Amino acid sequence: MFRFIVRRLLQLIPTLFGLSILLFIWLRRLPGGPETAILGERGTPEMRAAIRRNLGLDEPILIQYGRFVRRMIRLDLGTSISTKREVTTEFLQRFPGTVELTITAMVIAVGIGIPLGYLAARRRGRFLDHASVGGSLIGICIPVFFLAYILKAIFSENLGWFPSSGRQDPTIGATRITNFFVLDGLMTREWDAAADALMHLVLPALALASIPLAIIVRITRASVLEVLNEDFVRTAEAKGLTENVVRRRHVLRNAMLPVVTSIGLLTGGLLSGAVLTETVFAFSGIGAFLADSINQRDYPVLMGFIMIIAVVYVLVNLIVDLSYSLIDPRVRVR
Amino acid sequence: MTTIGGKKREKIDRLAELAARDEERGVSLWQDAFRRLRRNPAAIIGAVILTVFVLVALIGPFLVPYGPTDTMGIREGVIKPGLIPGSSSEHWFGYDHQGRDVFSRMIVGARQTLLVGVVATLIGLAVGVLIGGVAGAAAGLGGRWGRWVDSTLMRFIDMLLALPSLLLAVSIAALLGPSLTTVMIAVGMVSVPVFARLLRGSMIAQSNSDYVLAATSLGVRKSKIALAHVLPNSLAPVIVQATLTLATAIIEAAALSFLGLGNPDSATPEWGVMLADAQQYLGIRPELAIYPAVAIIITALGFTLLGESMREALDPKLRK
Repeated sequence: MFRFIVRRLLQLIPTLFGLSILLFIWLRRLPGGPETAILGERGTPEMRAAIRRNLGLDEPILIQYGRFVRRMIRLDLGTSISTKREVTTEFLQRFPGTVELTITAMVIAVGIGIPLGYLAARRRGRFLDHASVGGSLIGICIPVFFLAYILKAIFSENLGWFPSSGRQDPTIGATRITNFFVLDGLMTREWDAAADALMHLVLPALALASIPLAIIVRITRASVLEVLNEDFVRTAEAKGLTENVVRRRHVLRNAMLPVVTSIGLLTGGLLSGAVLTETVFAFSGIGAFLADSINQRDYPVLMGFIMIIAVVYVLVNLIVDLSYSLIDPRVRVR
Repeated sequence: MTTIGGKKREKIDRLAELAARDEERGVSLWQDAFRRLRRNPAAIIGAVILTVFVLVALIGPFLVPYGPTDTMGIREGVIKPGLIPGSSSEHWFGYDHQGRDVFSRMIVGARQTLLVGVVATLIGLAVGVLIGGVAGAAAGLGGRWGRWVDSTLMRFIDMLLALPSLLLAVSIAALLGPSLTTVMIAVGMVSVPVFARLLRGSMIAQSNSDYVLAATSLGVRKSKIALAHVLPNSLAPVIVQATLTLATAIIEAAALSFLGLGNPDSATPEWGVMLADAQQYLGIRPELAIYPAVAIIITALGFTLLGESMREALDPKLRK
């Protein structure tokens, strides 16, 4: 187990190294540098050159890359060109929002998806089965940003149940500790701040949950159907075990493996892919900020954020692989 | 005249006859799958949706009542700030914000939408099959050197997977400028890792089968085994995935248009762009968003239904 973790973490090093080279070349190939984003089309050649010199962009690319790697080893990601703040600070301020959103969305998707998929499999061919399979098909086919707009129009603008944008009402004046707004509210016992942050999460999380929910329902259903046909389930029933025990210990546990894989992959995807939802709900996470950074050619932010996201992605998948051996003792990680 | 055991003999003869007939027909995996597909109502619904969609895309532009770029609403003075007339007997879906006939734009837009979906999927398929095929052949048949090639290629695919997909798309758009080509390349690149991993896995599984062992022992060259034996037998999941990718490609193209990276040229209407444009008029005329959105959902549904049914039909484990 320990050796497995160490090996996977060591594998991360060449992947990150390769990714950084690719990114470095790729970003430098984008037309127009940060100087164009700062000056627009007006700046004189001298002004452009001055900005490039200031940012160290006039040096050969190999030297620039060497400097990046040296800083990276010291875990220093540099300073954002557009906000003039440390990339790490920017990240720590925005990433918690995305994490909160992702976790809420996945709680919704898993909390509804697994029971629904399980029930659909148990009642195969009946109404609930057809409804959940049909519903999940539509869930996959609805463009997320369109769903987000519909949710916003109905539940925020028409019914007024939930706030339409942002992460928290700024007039509450909540105390910030970790930048996880819900967590901050709970830690400082500012219950109204926590509740407000939670209310701000509901609609974006629902929109974001649509695709993972649909996928989890389908995978759970298919997996449970397969396990229900296994000999050991018939044996367990023949032994006279109660239905509850058979369901819990024999069916669900064995059916969970593919579901856990997909939960891991989906979580990894959501952590980086919430751009659309964050844009519609003006939710300040990393998505919209990253898209802006490309337009601003904010090289340090792009390099830093994407490297951290890659690490997070690999870690999430590592956790998934480790959880296999908890669910299924036949799977031994080596 | 009936003898003892005559009934039995008759039965055996009939069975033999049936078997011979089956032999003659030579039921292959694909024919078998197609037969199952025809009996699946989901596949039929998907096929009908797609047939209508493709027909509209092909011949629709010749049948539309108005030109898709004709800003007749402005010319006739029926479009005023804050007022966009809804549907009428002349304009079934009403006007859009520039006074163009929405029904005509929807019909003509089908062609662009189909084009984006198909070309993006083909790009993803081509690159993904190339990478996945080389990696799969190297891992399955290539020995030690092959394993090295495989793990290098797969590390590259891992990097693509770790890159946020929309970010990849946004940066491709920054490189090429917003256009339909950008959308196609961006959406295609995002699907590359999926195709590559799928084909690689499938090829490695096939490499362990007996027919590969037989071919190897007969002295068939490894490159020929990979191309003529393993690859064709590994393609089924990739083809299924391509059908499903057509659905996601259309949805993702709409998302890119929403972020302002789609085709800025409104002479060629496309559903994603129409949906993105309509967001500003949700308060006045929500139908403007609903028409293209519903069209996108139904089309994506058609591809998904067909793809899922194909997967079911081709998967021996799911056979009843």
